[in-house]
Amino acid sequence: MTTTDDAPMAAPGAAAPALLEADGVGKYFGSVRALSGVSLSVHPGQVTCVLGDNGAGKSTLIKILSGVFTPDEGEVRVDGAAVKFHSPRDALSAGIATVFQDLAMVPLMAIWRNFFLGSEPTKGWGPWRRFDVEAARRRTREGLAAMGIDLRDPDQPVGTLSGGERQSVAIARAVHFGARVLILDEPTSALGVKQAGVVLRRVAQARERGLGVVFITHNPHHAYPVGDRFVVLNRGRLLGDWAKDEIGREDLVRLMSGGAELDALSHELERIPGLEELAPDPAVAPEEQATAAPSEAVHAAPAEAPRAAPEEDG
Amino acid sequence: MTSADTAVARPDEAGPPPAGPPAADPGAGDGRGGQAGALTRILRRPALGALLGAVAVFVLFTITDSTPQHLWLTQTGFQAWAQQAAFFGIMAVPVGLLMIGGEFDLSTGGMTGFCAIIMALLVGNEHWNAWAAVAVTFAFGAVVGAVNGIVVTRSGLPSFIVTLATYFVFRGLSVGGVLKVNHGSTSIGLTGTDHPGLKSAKDVFGGSFAHSSGLPVGYQTGILWFAGVTVVAVWVLARTRFGNWVFAVGGDADAARKVGVPVRRTKILLFMTTSTAAALVGVISFLQTNTAVSEQGVGYEFYYIIAAVVGGCLLTGGHGSALGAALGACIIGMALQGVIYSGWDSSWDFTFLGAILFLAVAVNTLTYQRAMRARR
Repeated sequence: MTTTDDAPMAAPGAAAPALLEADGVGKYFGSVRALSGVSLSVHPGQVTCVLGDNGAGKSTLIKILSGVFTPDEGEVRVDGAAVKFHSPRDALSAGIATVFQDLAMVPLMAIWRNFFLGSEPTKGWGPWRRFDVEAARRRTREGLAAMGIDLRDPDQPVGTLSGGERQSVAIARAVHFGARVLILDEPTSALGVKQAGVVLRRVAQARERGLGVVFITHNPHHAYPVGDRFVVLNRGRLLGDWAKDEIGREDLVRLMSGGAELDALSHELERIPGLEELAPDPAVAPEEQATAAPSEAVHAAPAEAPRAAPEEDG
Repeated sequence: MTSADTAVARPDEAGPPPAGPPAADPGAGDGRGGQAGALTRILRRPALGALLGAVAVFVLFTITDSTPQHLWLTQTGFQAWAQQAAFFGIMAVPVGLLMIGGEFDLSTGGMTGFCAIIMALLVGNEHWNAWAAVAVTFAFGAVVGAVNGIVVTRSGLPSFIVTLATYFVFRGLSVGGVLKVNHGSTSIGLTGTDHPGLKSAKDVFGGSFAHSSGLPVGYQTGILWFAGVTVVAVWVLARTRFGNWVFAVGGDADAARKVGVPVRRTKILLFMTTSTAAALVGVISFLQTNTAVSEQGVGYEFYYIIAAVVGGCLLTGGHGSALGAALGACIIGMALQGVIYSGWDSSWDFTFLGAILFLAVAVNTLTYQRAMRARR
């Protein structure tokens, strides 16, 4: 991490600078503009949700914040000071931890072995320097408990955990290793409703512990309950940035799905014969249907519902 | 029109999540409680199948033993199979570690023979001090492993292919090279016993211990080396950072790299371990028998792999046990000796081993799946 700016540290008590800020960042790949003029900020104890459809630029933004890409325009600031990350390691040493979708965990290994993988605590000296197994187990248990996760058996292979538990362990790991800002890349996208709930509790837990959280999702229903700010991207540009009291859930849903576009689409879909099969099937996913917002119910298809069901009854 | 795709394809996200309070929720909120059962814990031990298999094979040969003195249950019987087990086990344990690390080494069998030949040439033909020859042989083993490992990790080629190539290179060298230096003979032996350092080197690598009236020849020191290699491997795997990395690079090398595990270094060290162990076997076999023969050890790489797989090492990496591989080697040693004691034709060795391999893999896969599925 290189500090390119002598911006003073925040005076305590005064309006503290954001933990992490992006100011007009943009990124080009050749002549393709992936992201342009996007700004957002994350404060301690707040969740900033980044919403957008596929291709809206969410991934590019995250990669800039987490140090994978350097922005071609604009700047990233940590505690008010401009920084240039050259690798995710730079970001990590500034306290910015990213939990990517693949989680960087080895499914066949026990939870506690995964928790400390690459940063194993050791004891002993010289050739007797060894992995402090007892400390690793204990600290894993503590780290999970601190995030409200009570796993019966830290010896369990990570691959036997449910999707939500796996995300939870990855989040707890980032928190345990001293993250101040947690960037979560679509943590709920592959999960069923209950499992997504498990992850959202973890997000809330991180917020309660005073971390700043950047929560990337394309699902406004996941973002709204935990979010404090909502940043909506569309085709690489900022569509808007709202505090929770400035925007309602329905507005967010409409914004996300492109409002008029969606109305036209639902109109169009109604005219395609044989599409009745795509109507939500109450027998398969009563829970989803009961809780789905009306505008979404039209588009809810049972295609993935059978897959989701076993996850929930496990 | 991607928004249509996502809107239709992801119904399971349509519902709002339960926005409960961020309080501690036992079982991470999915209502599945209870400790993992004792059975699950035991089934999760990869060495379990090998242990049961070893007991079964031991009992089988206790019953089928047809020697007049019932040798199987005597020290003579134990010594006979333990010595064979040691020869396979010194290799099977590091081959198992490498397999857990997600790689194969097919050059191991040929390397044991080639290293014996290096010893024979240096001591027998060149009249080197035996200890210097031992040092050179070990160094040679380490270098071959490093080359294997560097080629595999840098080129991205499957280790199966790279070490197959190494294997053929050394197989050719061990025949052609020996014929050339040794004036047309494929066997190199010691002509005298007064080579410098030979006596002490023999005591360490090719000697025997625990002589008794029941077993005048005693046990070979190779058995001690086998035990030593196993203990160190078990400890390294379970109790060191390196051991953690071995599981990780075999289980998911990408994930391991992301959290800062030196994936290449770990794999190269594993290759160096197997080929150095091959040097150890070569040294032991030469110092025990005073001879080395071309193509000695060729084909044994499969026995090592069988032992590791029987011991619960997953062919695809990421899971396994050093103790299991050692037990697998014991099963092979018992099988080879037991077939003789039972008065069966030794051609049945292969069939017997094949059946054991198949059974062990079936049992391991079932128990492993059961353990992995325990909470789904």
